[in-house]
Amino acid sequence: MKGWLKISAVLLLVYVHTAGLLMDVPRLNILNETVRALYFHVPMWFGMVLLYLMSVYYAIRYLKNPSHEFDVKSVAYAHVGTAFGILGMITGMLWANYTWGSPWHGDPKQNGAAIALLVYLAYFVLRGSLDNEEQRARLSGVYNIFAFAAMIPLIFIIPRLTSSMHPGSGGNPGFNAYDLDSRMRLVFYPAVIAWFLIGLWIVSLRVRIKKLEEKIIDNE
Amino acid sequence: MAKSFIGEKKGVFIYLYTVASPQQIIISKIIYNILLCWLISIAGYILFSIFIFNPVQDHLIFLSVLLLASIGFSTSLSLISGIASKANNSNVLMAVLSFPVVISILLMAVRATKNALDGLDRAASTDELLNLLAINCIAGALGYILFPYIWRS
Repeated sequence: MKGWLKISAVLLLVYVHTAGLLMDVPRLNILNETVRALYFHVPMWFGMVLLYLMSVYYAIRYLKNPSHEFDVKSVAYAHVGTAFGILGMITGMLWANYTWGSPWHGDPKQNGAAIALLVYLAYFVLRGSLDNEEQRARLSGVYNIFAFAAMIPLIFIIPRLTSSMHPGSGGNPGFNAYDLDSRMRLVFYPAVIAWFLIGLWIVSLRVRIKKLEEKIIDNE
Repeated sequence: MAKSFIGEKKGVFIYLYTVASPQQIIISKIIYNILLCWLISIAGYILFSIFIFNPVQDHLIFLSVLLLASIGFSTSLSLISGIASKANNSNVLMAVLSFPVVISILLMAVRATKNALDGLDRAASTDELLNLLAINCIAGALGYILFPYIWRS
């Protein structure tokens, strides 16, 4: 990853943390100051979906052209995407604790997100239970693509069909409609970009570590 | 349906490998599973309505949910079974891999079934039925495209 991207990610995050905590936010019923959680909760899910998308992209490239590098990248993206998903879950539970009254409501969006994480945990289980390296890469690539397609309805379609308290579902307008005014956009979009860049950075580090480990094993 | 690839002996795989292309195999497995699933669910439905009573108020919707959900289960589980059969303890892995994938089909089917039981207006469950159909199409297409990569080993 390019150096200037890393620097800009860090600078953007510094900006997001200071501006997100200090700048004025619109006064809204129930939400009050917790609306600031938007800067940290929503980018996690954006990041998760984008990272999983990258993971699927590398899985497809692996299936088309089996090279070890694509497999390593695909797994690294899935790992970091799952980490983002867990963070998004925790921030969402914190936020729900103050606005909905308790951390876990069994809301369709929450359940869908939890199952979506299970999909990727199953992916890691699959990788753990295959011994042959080439077979592991191919089968987990297939499952990765299939799982991503199965995950999309869970997060994006089913919550919209049922009644849900989460904004953007069950006939509720998305967050754009009422609580995201232009002041919040100034912080929110940089936050999305910055967290995604941080995710990419972690992925590139993980790929490099993996490559170095393999080099060490080869030399022994 | 977990049995579609897991229970098979090694020789069967080699035989299938020589006589058919992977696309033909997955399609035939899916068709077999769909027919099996339809048979079981319709037999179950008829037996239940004879021996117990039949609370379903909208039979057309109920039957179409039954048929669509069967297609969804067979298409996605056939592919997953193909993946799981390559691993060591495939029966456990089958459950782990398939649960998150079929749960969206299951949720849709449960909600549409509840509408049919309550005899709600048909417009209320068209969304779920269309969604089931869309998930089936995606699962079927992905199975068709991805199965050759599993089969090659």
